[in-house]
Amino acid sequence: MIDFGYSLTPSSTIEIDDADMSLFDELCAVEPDAIKCMSCGSCAASCTAGVFTDLNLRKVLLGLQRGCEEDVLPQLKSCMLCGKCHIVCPRGINTRHLILSICKIYNI
Amino acid sequence: MMRERFISGYDHFVLPFMVGMIFVLLWCIIGVIKIMVQLERKDRIKVYKSLVNPVIMGKNVRDWFGDCLFHVKLWRRNKVLGYMHSSIAFGWFMLIVIGHIETFLYIPERGGLFYYPIFFRYFMAVESTTLKGSLLFFLMDFFLLVVLSGIILAIIKRFRSKLMGMRRTTKLTLLDRVGLYSLWAIFPLRLIAEGFTAGVGGGSFLTVPVNWLFASILSKPENFTIAWWAYSIALGTFMIVLPYTRYMHIPAEFFLIPLKNAGIKVRRPRKGYALAELYSCPSCGVCLDACPMSVDKAGLKNTTVYYIRQVKRRNQPRALAIADKCLMCGKCSVLCPINISAIDLRLALRKQQPYNIEHDFSYLDKIPNEALTSAISVGGEKVLYYSGCMSSLTPMVSQSVQKVLTTAGIDFTLMDEQGTICCGRPLLLSGRTEEAKALIEKNEQIIKESGAPILLVSCAICYRIFKEDYDLNGVQVMHYTEYFEQLAAEGVIKLRKQEKLKYVYHDPCELGRGCGIYEAPRKALARVANLVPAAKERKESICCGGSLGSLTLTHEERGRITENSIRNLTANSPDRIVTACPLCMKTFSRQSEIKVVDFAQVIAENLVEKEKEE
Repeated sequence: MIDFGYSLTPSSTIEIDDADMSLFDELCAVEPDAIKCMSCGSCAASCTAGVFTDLNLRKVLLGLQRGCEEDVLPQLKSCMLCGKCHIVCPRGINTRHLILSICKIYNI
Repeated sequence: MMRERFISGYDHFVLPFMVGMIFVLLWCIIGVIKIMVQLERKDRIKVYKSLVNPVIMGKNVRDWFGDCLFHVKLWRRNKVLGYMHSSIAFGWFMLIVIGHIETFLYIPERGGLFYYPIFFRYFMAVESTTLKGSLLFFLMDFFLLVVLSGIILAIIKRFRSKLMGMRRTTKLTLLDRVGLYSLWAIFPLRLIAEGFTAGVGGGSFLTVPVNWLFASILSKPENFTIAWWAYSIALGTFMIVLPYTRYMHIPAEFFLIPLKNAGIKVRRPRKGYALAELYSCPSCGVCLDACPMSVDKAGLKNTTVYYIRQVKRRNQPRALAIADKCLMCGKCSVLCPINISAIDLRLALRKQQPYNIEHDFSYLDKIPNEALTSAISVGGEKVLYYSGCMSSLTPMVSQSVQKVLTTAGIDFTLMDEQGTICCGRPLLLSGRTEEAKALIEKNEQIIKESGAPILLVSCAICYRIFKEDYDLNGVQVMHYTEYFEQLAAEGVIKLRKQEKLKYVYHDPCELGRGCGIYEAPRKALARVANLVPAAKERKESICCGGSLGSLTLTHEERGRITENSIRNLTANSPDRIVTACPLCMKTFSRQSEIKVVDFAQVIAENLVEKEKEE
């Protein structure tokens, strides 16, 4: 490859039509809260583990909604279940149980 | 003097009783063996050792009489219920004991027969009266009367439970009803049967008048065998259904007490010690009124009595749903007449659930311990202050604690200024004991490395796990309520009292019922304002609804629990609600119309600064 001094950014297009959303639908059936999220990021801002790792529940949910679970699920491994995200969530989402259900359904 | 009426010493009517008796005995023996086998080896050895330990055996005897026969705990709570239970339990016990004494005194060769002491009056005839004989007869009638009075109360309670101070009672199963009705029938039938025979077999102030009554209205009072058949059938029915009803608690509790006193804990959801607890539940329904979830009628089915019922039925999905819903506030256990470890039972079930996540806490090891802490050197006693992860949501708590420490001139180090590692209690409460160990180990390292003799904690949740599950090599763990009260009592800090203000103190579940700290915060608060009591407080305090214990309660359900808890706190119209747990504070302040403040804030606000004093 000739080095032109610049490169092409790989496309970040997400083909929602091609994504397999069956697991997400399954998640929504047990956790109707999963679609309540408005991605405000309060959870990520208050996250105890987020100080040390890249854990970001907002991003995890966005990723799941868009069918790119492989990119986001490993983040959940560092969650300490402390529940601060639950306390701050303006939508009253039971985030701890949501995380447990994600783990159960996506089997990470 | 007495003589035997029948040479055989036997009549067919004893059969129902004997069948029931032998069935129950076998059931209990098999049950005891099953439980002992299911116990872990070290637990089993502990039980055997406890049986030869005079101190523990003394405790066992005390509890057997106090709990099983006299129901002392119930007496303390509710006199009528106490009388009802102890009259039936102790009265029945005495009937059996005196029945045996009679048999051994008058016809010792029949002592080996189960039924003889029970149906003594049928088989024996009075020849002449002696003082000893009439005393025994009097006692038998007396205790029969005692039991009958208890039965009458029990019948009233079934139809009008409010008269007995219980708002709700448990919904009985079909077999429970069979057991209940046969229990009600046993003693009136005994009175009738003994009344019929009182003319021959003798009697006292209760049975003799019944005999006269029968003689005056019935043409052939000699045909009394049918009454004895009825009595025996009632006894037999009760004992046959016993293992499948709540009445199994009667024999089970006798066995549970030595296990409990030996210090055995629940390890598995329905095996070993847990099984003994499950069968010891009398379904009395005290937990119904105790449970914070009962504010919703739908929440009633999530109480401990129904949890136990579902586990006994092996209804795994329902049991798990209840276990996950529980706030783990522990109120039901504290009020339970036999102190069933409701939290441990549920936790054991939670622990069994697969987590489907491979936890990776390796990032913790990469954080250098000093990176989180920051020392503020003032001189004096060295204290390590852990504000807990919740303090980032309630910075006022941490700031107030620091203000008090600075004013007191105490040398302290902040353990988690640059980021907190969770104490591990939330993971533990979710049944993830192994995962929690990673967090516990890291925190232990930081604490031990600091070299501080005192670990000060401002979160009730963290405090509990530090006390119970951390190995800190003798570092003293202190909750800030204890520590500040100690400082104030020693005169290290001076507080001014605002005479006009009325405060109410909320006992956080983890601090009060969890660690038994009720007095220190109250004493300290009484130094700064007037404390008014809540409607229910101390060990009966109502969970704020924010508890991390529950995994599945919805936002709305939690809201209603919080509302009820606030109503309870504001019964005496206080100016402020004071709590000593950041989670309670967060939860209350969302819904309370009255200002909710943390204990540390109140103390910090009312500090008398030393310079001003001079």
